Amino acid sequence: MNFHAVKAIYTFEMARTFRTIMQSIISPVVSTSLYFVVFGAAIGSRIETIDGVSYGAFIVPGLIMMSLLTLSISNASFGIYFPKFTGTIYEILSAPISYFEIVLAYVGAAATKSMMIGLVILATAAFFVDLQIQHPLMMVLFLVLTSVSFSLFGFIIGIWADGFEKLQIIPLLIVMPLAFLGGTFYSLDMLPPVWQTISLANPVVYLVSGFRWSFIGTSDVSVWVSLAMTLVFLAICLGIVSWMFRTGYRLKK
Amino acid sequence: MPPALSIRNLTKTYASGFTALKGVDLDVQPGEIFALLGPNGAGKTTLIGIVCGVVNASGGEVRVDGHEIVADYRKTRSIIGLVPQDVSLDAFESVWATVSFSRGLFGKGKDAGHVEKVLRALSLWDKKDEKVINLSGGMKRRVMIAKALAHEPKLLFLDEPTAGVDVELRRDMWEMVRGLRATGVTIILTTHYIEEAEEMADRIGVISKGEIILVEDKATLMQRFGKKKLELELVEPLSELPAGLAERGLEVIDDGRRLVYSYDTQGERTGITALLAELSSEGIRFRDLETRQSSLEDIFVDLVRERA
Repeated sequence: MNFHAVKAIYTFEMARTFRTIMQSIISPVVSTSLYFVVFGAAIGSRIETIDGVSYGAFIVPGLIMMSLLTLSISNASFGIYFPKFTGTIYEILSAPISYFEIVLAYVGAAATKSMMIGLVILATAAFFVDLQIQHPLMMVLFLVLTSVSFSLFGFIIGIWADGFEKLQIIPLLIVMPLAFLGGTFYSLDMLPPVWQTISLANPVVYLVSGFRWSFIGTSDVSVWVSLAMTLVFLAICLGIVSWMFRTGYRLKK
Repeated sequence: MPPALSIRNLTKTYASGFTALKGVDLDVQPGEIFALLGPNGAGKTTLIGIVCGVVNASGGEVRVDGHEIVADYRKTRSIIGLVPQDVSLDAFESVWATVSFSRGLFGKGKDAGHVEKVLRALSLWDKKDEKVINLSGGMKRRVMIAKALAHEPKLLFLDEPTAGVDVELRRDMWEMVRGLRATGVTIILTTHYIEEAEEMADRIGVISKGEIILVEDKATLMQRFGKKKLELELVEPLSELPAGLAERGLEVIDDGRRLVYSYDTQGERTGITALLAELSSEGIRFRDLETRQSSLEDIFVDLVRERA
């Protein structure tokens, strides 16, 4: 194991976050606060409790999950795409570092950043709503698994993308709509039966549901199904990344 | 001691179908400076890319210091330093940070003393806290070299190291390369500047269309292929060469004001004495003469042209 190399990449990526702290940390906090103001305070005050909690508290897990998904993808995709774009990828490819170590460093840094932001959003939420976390360990588990899985997904997008447009297209056109339609702002029970069934094809539903369960103790789908779906997604991403490195797909000529 | 680099039957065909390397064999000995010359598209950068792990080979075997580059990639890559042709740097990092990053990436722990030594050797010490984006083109190239030296490589690849840099910086780099060789580092450089190979290399390889067409000690190469030219500046211009002189392969240039005679330095007789005697008997007088050794560039151009 080349610990020095993993540490070098991880530290480099984290340093980039702190160098661009406004963009990396403060901006998601501000935008999430706005969600609370608009959905939690303004609209939420006119909505009765959902699953026994206030609307503001109900949307907290969904908002954190939405930020985790989008930030994990953008952090990891940018992290690996930028060296490709600038040409500095030559140094990574010529270094005595295994593919696993490269992924560990980049995905580890991306996941760390999104988890940090997730926790900052959680702390911000505490200013707006009365929060309760019934299963803190499961909350941490979902936080880690989701960050890692979607950072891997972002890493795949970063390798696949050969332009900035491609880097943005999947997060904007697929992930963001799935996140909005994944039960962030509502419970699946509130949908007509046919839409409830269709929603079960949306992987984000399982993430939000499982994460919400760790907060309020109730969920749209079984927490174990949520956990299993997250692990399946993680395994698929690992398989794709492994194939990409084995074949040198869009990395090596 | 195994060769610093040993290549056997190395081939590379890109997905486009273009074959960049066609069974290359090459050995480079520890501590030498080896120059790989070749026209654009000859396969120089592909060859370096394969050895360093940036390009996948289609076939063949490469060993660095006796270790196979795929099975034992950690060992081989940790002793290789690569300075690629294009300047690619993290623009917003400081010089110190980017060089230290490279050291860590290649598996070495922090060593401020070594990084300082490298930066000082490349006249980058006073720029250590400067962001890369603020450096001049020449300075950026020095940073590329500093990054490649950060992990104390035993085998250094310099792919067109002085392309587009000014004469002063080029001279500085040559000095640096000589200094590295003095510490036992093996250096393989590709260059378009024949002057660079002539100045620096112990041995020279010529690659053309994916094949190594010649590997020779520089001195031997110059001797083997080198020709000398004798140029005579005439007192009166010649309108036509007398028949006897024409048979000697003389060239008339500069509107008949100069005669050029090429001869082989390895030959038993150069024919100069006979030529001068014949000129005298024909009444052709000259006011000055000079001799010139053919350069490596002449040799290179001839070799590549022969293969074309």
